[in-house]
Amino acid sequence: MSLKIFVPGDAAALSVGSDAVSRAINEQISARRIDATVIRNGSRGMFWLEPLVEVETSRGRVAYGPVTAAEVPGLFDVGFLEGKPHKLHLGLTEEIPFLKTQERLTFARCGITDPLSLSDYISHGGYRGLERALKMSQMEIVEEVTNSGLRGRGGAGFPTGIKWKTVLGASADQKYIVCNADEGDSGTYADRMIMEGDPFVLIEGMTIAGLAVGATSGYIYVRSEYPHAFRQLKRAIAIAHEKGYLGASVAGSGKRFDLEPRMGAGAYICGEETSLLESLEGKRGQIRFKPPLPALKGLFGQPTVVNNVISLASVPIILDKGAQYYKDFGMGRSRGTLTIQLAGNIKHGGLVEKAFGLTLREAIYEYGGGTASGRPLRAVQVGGPLGAYFPASLLDTPLDYEAFAERKGMLGHGGIVVFDDTVDLAHQARFAMEFCAVESCGKCTPCRMGSTRGVEVIDRVIANEDRAKNLELLADLCEVLTDGSLCALGGLIAYPVQSAVRHFPEDFDKPAPLPPPATGSNQGVPSWR
Amino acid sequence: MGLTGHKDWDADLALARIQELERLPGALLPIFHALQEEFGYVDKAAIPLIASALNISHAEVHGVLTFYHDFRREPSGRHHLKICRAESCQAMGCETMIRHVEDRLGVKLGGTNEDRSLTVEPVYCLGNCALSPAAMLDGKLYGRVSSDVADFLIDGARGHS
Repeated sequence: MSLKIFVPGDAAALSVGSDAVSRAINEQISARRIDATVIRNGSRGMFWLEPLVEVETSRGRVAYGPVTAAEVPGLFDVGFLEGKPHKLHLGLTEEIPFLKTQERLTFARCGITDPLSLSDYISHGGYRGLERALKMSQMEIVEEVTNSGLRGRGGAGFPTGIKWKTVLGASADQKYIVCNADEGDSGTYADRMIMEGDPFVLIEGMTIAGLAVGATSGYIYVRSEYPHAFRQLKRAIAIAHEKGYLGASVAGSGKRFDLEPRMGAGAYICGEETSLLESLEGKRGQIRFKPPLPALKGLFGQPTVVNNVISLASVPIILDKGAQYYKDFGMGRSRGTLTIQLAGNIKHGGLVEKAFGLTLREAIYEYGGGTASGRPLRAVQVGGPLGAYFPASLLDTPLDYEAFAERKGMLGHGGIVVFDDTVDLAHQARFAMEFCAVESCGKCTPCRMGSTRGVEVIDRVIANEDRAKNLELLADLCEVLTDGSLCALGGLIAYPVQSAVRHFPEDFDKPAPLPPPATGSNQGVPSWR
Repeated sequence: MGLTGHKDWDADLALARIQELERLPGALLPIFHALQEEFGYVDKAAIPLIASALNISHAEVHGVLTFYHDFRREPSGRHHLKICRAESCQAMGCETMIRHVEDRLGVKLGGTNEDRSLTVEPVYCLGNCALSPAAMLDGKLYGRVSSDVADFLIDGARGHS
């Protein structure tokens, strides 16, 4: 039997040279006349080890990393195909501590299978959830998802089953399933990883959602910053169609489900579900008033389920193993697993899927190994650009929706961005307001005007003009944004800004101005100067 | 082919691309993407063609075109370098690298250098946050982009131009 060598085709692995490594391995295979096949798997999510090459041995898969193309001949020389020692030898992949202690449910196959092999998908437990769903009534499927405790992984944490129930209860000729793959938060990449590394799990989850609520059509709205994921999804959807898992009769059931990926166009606001729907309809990505809820009046005015990638990709395992199995992971009202993404100034950046309840400290130090620079950690931002900046004293906060809310922060999509002691929180607060100004859809005045005024007020604070008075004004402005904005962009921008002021007051007392800003602007982006 | 590596504006070709897509529900974004892929930007002469194909007003087409950061309304450089300046990349010093790139090219983010080989644009997150700073050259992602790596990308792009 042909030997299997795994070289990730994930965009992050490609970004540090995995294509060159794959080419070098193929050259050695032909030069040495070895019977071996290179499989372009997804990433295991240990990005500091990418490109991570694995070989299948009788003991299991053995990992080497980070591999460069130049080191490939040497690996063949020492016999890496038998898992022999080498300075890049990492032992059995499953035994690497970063992976070993994880609880991978949604990411069970990511990095293990060939992402575009449907037979691989099925032999690793794929489509068992759909198979069970096809034997259930619509209400039973919805109840299973409700009972699992699954909450929206995009950030809002709304119970998925309840959303589905509303759509199921609505009567309409056409309903839709829309997947929000506009993963715009800095520090997050879980959606990208699953779309590239196990696209069929998302397709299966959406198909089950379609069956559950009676929707025959689905869209995946992928951000344009993810061209690789977009291409991968297109290929996977074509394969699923060809093999009868999408189309007029899903898995021979006689039930239709069609799926189409659509590309966004660089607007952060389109991660907000109503903006996303507008954008899918071919309009400006401006948010809609709620009510009506998208569940009743969503895409093209029809009842629509809008769920994040990870929420939908978690559905197959819930249907396969049952609600109770999933619910047994987690704490309090946060059930199941959280996909934590370690980012920024972190030694071991990567994906950690674990039951809710791990603390920030455990995530950053036990998995992440501390800062990449080796300098002391000073701040972490959890939950993307609208998440709070926490100081080191809050590192014992458990990663759970409610625990973060209690500390005036939010878990969001699970991204953790680590900063060392060179960070200037006044600069970060200013950036947050500027980002809000750049990305505001312009529909409501507090967000449209308030964000620009916010940048100006922070500039005055930094320049030490009437500092106390301007900090008071900033607090007042943040309150207006929080209470008066139509959506989460303006509504949450006070989190990063006010947490910076609250936890890092010393950065707002500096008499010196910020270091000279870097750049000009693009397409209406306000200048730093 | 024009100097940009894309085709020069051609109304017939534009119309053909529009007609391929006009029947899609919510066709406007796919049409803009297709035109930009073809010509490197969306020429203002496309606006009446699209408006008439989709039976919407010129103002609506213009409004959508100008809402999204991605769509260019002027011809750009032959290559496109997007540099992430979101929080994760800030934590790894992207601002220093960006200043270096701007000095090297003599142009601010959002601009095109003098020989029109390269347009540099800011982007807020490329989803490569465990390998920050990140950049994307002509749709290809790069990680751990120090000033040296940025130089390598710039040299490569100019060499191919």
